[in-house]
Amino acid sequence: MINERLLEIILDSFWQILLPGLAVTIPLTAVSFFFAMIIAVVTAMVQFAKVPVLRHVARFYIWVARGTPLLVQLFVVFYGLPDLGILVDPIPAAILVFSLNEGAYCAETVRASLEAVPAGQMEAGRCVGMSYLQVMRRVVLPQAMRIAFPSLANSLIAMVKDTSLASNITVTEMMMKTRQIASVNQEFLALYIEVGLIYLLFCTVLTKVQSAVEKRLNYYGRKED
Amino acid sequence: MLELRGLKKSFGQLEVLKGIDLQVDKGDVVAILGRSGSGKTTLLRCLNFLEKSDAGTLSFDGESFDMARIGKKDIARLRAKTAFVFQNYNLFLNKTALQNVTEGLVIARKMPKDRAVEIGRRMLERVGLSDRESYYPSQLSGGQQQRVAIARALATDPEIIYFDEPTSALDPELTGEVLSVMRSLAEEGRTMLVVTHEMGFARHVSNRVIFMEEGEIVEAGDSRSVFEQPRQERTRVFLRNVYQHLETNEAPSPEG
Ligand SMILES: Nc1ncnc2c1ncn2[C@@H]1O[C@H](COP(=O)(O)OP(=O)(O)OP(=O)(O)O)[C@@H](O)[C@H]1O
Ligand SMILES: [Mg+2]
Repeated sequence: MINERLLEIILDSFWQILLPGLAVTIPLTAVSFFFAMIIAVVTAMVQFAKVPVLRHVARFYIWVARGTPLLVQLFVVFYGLPDLGILVDPIPAAILVFSLNEGAYCAETVRASLEAVPAGQMEAGRCVGMSYLQVMRRVVLPQAMRIAFPSLANSLIAMVKDTSLASNITVTEMMMKTRQIASVNQEFLALYIEVGLIYLLFCTVLTKVQSAVEKRLNYYGRKED
Repeated sequence: MLELRGLKKSFGQLEVLKGIDLQVDKGDVVAILGRSGSGKTTLLRCLNFLEKSDAGTLSFDGESFDMARIGKKDIARLRAKTAFVFQNYNLFLNKTALQNVTEGLVIARKMPKDRAVEIGRRMLERVGLSDRESYYPSQLSGGQQQRVAIARALATDPEIIYFDEPTSALDPELTGEVLSVMRSLAEEGRTMLVVTHEMGFARHVSNRVIFMEEGEIVEAGDSRSVFEQPRQERTRVFLRNVYQHLETNEAPSPEG
């Protein structure tokens, strides 16, 4: 089944696919996740602190971002907005959509984690004279992020794979590259399994990083009771 | 130094504080006694604005505040003169013992780090925990955590410290270490308002006792007279029950 020609195709294409993986998939994920985290923390805090008006804006944003398909969101921004005269390049469009979409999911994770931090932490902080935001930044948020970490890592891993959807808006990431190669040499099965394995490789690395970081984050231990 | 007039607080339909009057002078150690649910915790929380009061006037150092209308700035100013020790310690879980003590100094008071650390070390020494400065709360026993919490309260040199049942969450063998720190603070002349079930502390360390029931102060006076000649029948019953309870479980010690 695996003859010499197929082996050669697989080896040649490995680098051809890996390259956009390193040059596009990973940076696209990293940048989008970075913005998603900022969006998530702000959106979660606004709700947690019950900021008037803004908390409703936050709810609305989460409702829309989680309730519509990622692919639809990509199409609206990339193919739809030009109707209004707004042209967005493929990569910025992908970053915009991935950040907003991921931000909504992570906001819920962060909000739940903020609520999991005992209320006494905030009260103790206020009693030693710190302002709400000071206690938030120094005490509550760090603890919440620690609680949120496993779920956030999970979301990040999911996002690596979701970036393959960007191929639908002409971003030449791994999936797009694989499609191009396969359409030339017609070895669909081998090539799509190959790209799947490369995604698996990326996610395996992330999983390893996740457990290493979790070990380090455990430095102040859990309450045993 | 502190004078409270007509403090009222309800949670929904439930009136928890029904007009509390209280005066605390400098150097007073006031023990607040009372059954569970009588409003002791709520009183302390209102005094430190962790709970919003419905009515009441608080005079502190000669300044008067309407507790139902007090603004953020005044709250911050008053909090800077007070400290709170919680029943369940509430140490910052992501900070070491030393950082727990210095955090307020560095972040709230903008004190240079090295000076804060110097004070922090002195306070930990004061509660006998110099060798635990780099431990996280999860690595400390309950008694040690509460002593760090006391060190944290002392760090800002407050004019009054509120204690809400500081030993209630502790195993009996650990209450002694916390009570002896508190006793030494009392001897130092610290002003303290202490909700407690430790009769030994109330009787021998505090100089004044307040007995609360159903959101009211039903008896107040110096410790000796409240314990030896309670004027109210309710106080008598309460004290008798407490002592019976103690005698059937363990002998009351003067330490509490
Ligand atoms: N946040 C709250 N919401 C509603 N009710 C409350 C709240 N906090 C306290 N209460 C009620 O107020 C009453 C007084 O509570 P508080 O905690 O002040 O009592 P306590 O004297 O400290 O009791 P304990 O000795 O058990 O600590 C109780 O009936 C309690 O159920
Ligand atoms: Mg209480």
